[in-house]
Amino acid sequence: MIQISNLHKSYVMGNNSLHVLKGMDLQIEEGEFVSIMGSSGSGKSTLLNILGILDDYDQGTYYLGGKLIQGLNETRAAMTRNEMIGFIFQSFNLISFKNAAENVALPLYYQKVSRKKRNLIALEYLDRLGLKEWAHHLPSELSGGQKQRVAIARALISQPKIILADEPTGALDSTTSFEVMDILKEINDQGKTVIIVTHEHDIAAMTKKIIRLKDGVIEEVIKNGELQLFKDRVRTE
Amino acid sequence: MFDIDRWNEIWNALAKNKVRSLLTAFGVFWGIFMLIVMAGSGKGLQNGVSEGIAKFAANSAFFWAEQTSEPFKGFKRGRYWHMDSEDLQFLKDKVPEIEYITPKNFTGRFGNSSNVIRGKKNGSFNVKGDYPDYIKIDPVTILKGRWINDLDIRDKRKVCVIGEKVFESLFDPKENPLGQYLKISGVYYQVVGLIRAETQININGRTEESVSLPFTTMLQTYNMGNQVHFLAITAKQGIPVSVVEDKVKELIKKKHSIAPTDVQALNSVNIEKEFKQMSGLFLGIQILTWIVGIGTLMAGVIGVSNIMLVIIKERTKEIGVQRAIGATPRVIIGQIMLESVVLTTVAGYIGLSLGVGLLELVNRIIESSPQPPGERAFFTHPEISLTVALSALAVLIVAGLFAGMIPASRAIQIKPIDALREE
Repeated sequence: MIQISNLHKSYVMGNNSLHVLKGMDLQIEEGEFVSIMGSSGSGKSTLLNILGILDDYDQGTYYLGGKLIQGLNETRAAMTRNEMIGFIFQSFNLISFKNAAENVALPLYYQKVSRKKRNLIALEYLDRLGLKEWAHHLPSELSGGQKQRVAIARALISQPKIILADEPTGALDSTTSFEVMDILKEINDQGKTVIIVTHEHDIAAMTKKIIRLKDGVIEEVIKNGELQLFKDRVRTE
Repeated sequence: MFDIDRWNEIWNALAKNKVRSLLTAFGVFWGIFMLIVMAGSGKGLQNGVSEGIAKFAANSAFFWAEQTSEPFKGFKRGRYWHMDSEDLQFLKDKVPEIEYITPKNFTGRFGNSSNVIRGKKNGSFNVKGDYPDYIKIDPVTILKGRWINDLDIRDKRKVCVIGEKVFESLFDPKENPLGQYLKISGVYYQVVGLIRAETQININGRTEESVSLPFTTMLQTYNMGNQVHFLAITAKQGIPVSVVEDKVKELIKKKHSIAPTDVQALNSVNIEKEFKQMSGLFLGIQILTWIVGIGTLMAGVIGVSNIMLVIIKERTKEIGVQRAIGATPRVIIGQIMLESVVLTTVAGYIGLSLGVGLLELVNRIIESSPQPPGERAFFTHPEISLTVALSALAVLIVAGLFAGMIPASRAIQIKPIDALREE
């Protein structure tokens, strides 16, 4: 699903150039449930932005679903994002003056799906996430967990190939965090590729694969069977 | 552009931020409101003035004698001279471009002393000697009886035509003035007509306050010999009055031994020229109105642009989210431009309606307020033509597009990442 090889990215700030990704190789198969970890400055946000086609890279290649993602103009990038990627953010990023259903339906609006149809689909997705009664509430009237579930519904509605979640539980307490993770797991069970960026070990431990970054390269990859080990190690750290 | 979803988007974005939208819209509203009110008022002034003079023959010129300013043919400068009745026929023969030529004489009106008496009532009025043709130059409404006719001139009849004010002060309102006698400077005249002025142009006093005698009667009765105080001439259709004016001046000067270079001796007013000057003035008012109006409007539009910019800043995150989940730059640009256009157009339309409403209100007030007879307001029918209104609306829409342009391009420059990870 995702194939990255020798990826380089640096940010230029005035005279200083900050080399963030230093020749990264990464492969994520379809249906994987991956978490990306790393301390701040390790390049995880940069990687996420590149994965999400929110930012371009300097060198290397990035294939998403067999398609080379390189030097797209904004229009193409937006369309690819809309088609292939569902985003979930730490601060939910719902549009405050739209109610839950309208927020969920927004990606379909950009696909020019008729209003009636997309609202119907939005309700369906909200129902799946147990938020049908809240469909006509504004984000300000929802709890944090509910907001994130609305955001998940929004990420799912365009039936993307991968779900990119940037610290999806960062703004939630642990109970709701686990609820959200359960939902993501369920989504993964239905065959979607889910990638989350997190710095919480227990959240990362709920995924099937952990990729730890350090200084712009992959430090280690911990696969499903090794997770228990990882947990133990974390505990002793 | 016309799909309902986009309008819903815009309506949502505007309606959910009422205060902001209102503040933004106010500048434009005020601009167009001022433009309409000013343009309408200018038009009202123009209407008022032109109605006051419209019926006056525009192709006319008037002449009167002054002291000479140059010595000529043995005469010293500062000589008093006058035109005479012979000049009339002389000019008619020599200047074929003349359509009407009528003399007009005046008796002195000495301060407040009464010169017109009827029984116990009296008053001080302008007394003029007129020709039948004069009302073809300065039209009047004949309320009762008739105007001076050719027989009056030929027979030097002692008759008079009075203005409305004269009637009011010398007669009871229900009285019929026709056939009654007035004593004017010691001589009795029979009233044969009652008139009302149609124009606001007054020569030697207002027509309402005037008594007109047959020209020949006045010459004989008040020992004026064959003097002519004042000459009114109109040019034939299609001939500029200035042509006639120049010819008449040249001929009269020659006939009365006045230096051809003497500009003071024979004074004149060219109504055509005055009219032109007046229309120039109104054009000036119009141009000024538009400059000020467009300026105000521009200020409003710049205000919209400015506030939209602030809004974009405020909505960075919202725009970032929209772009992250698939809004193309075109969608974002379209959204912001359309928001701006809708805002300016709606605000402008309200300003337009209220402006026109105000003009209409003023118009009603003017029309319903009582006016003395024969007098007109110098401000009537303030109005805005459909063309002006439509072009103002077009200007608004274009202005809205311009106002949206900078904010829209700013919105495009926002990178989704920056917007999303602003912590």
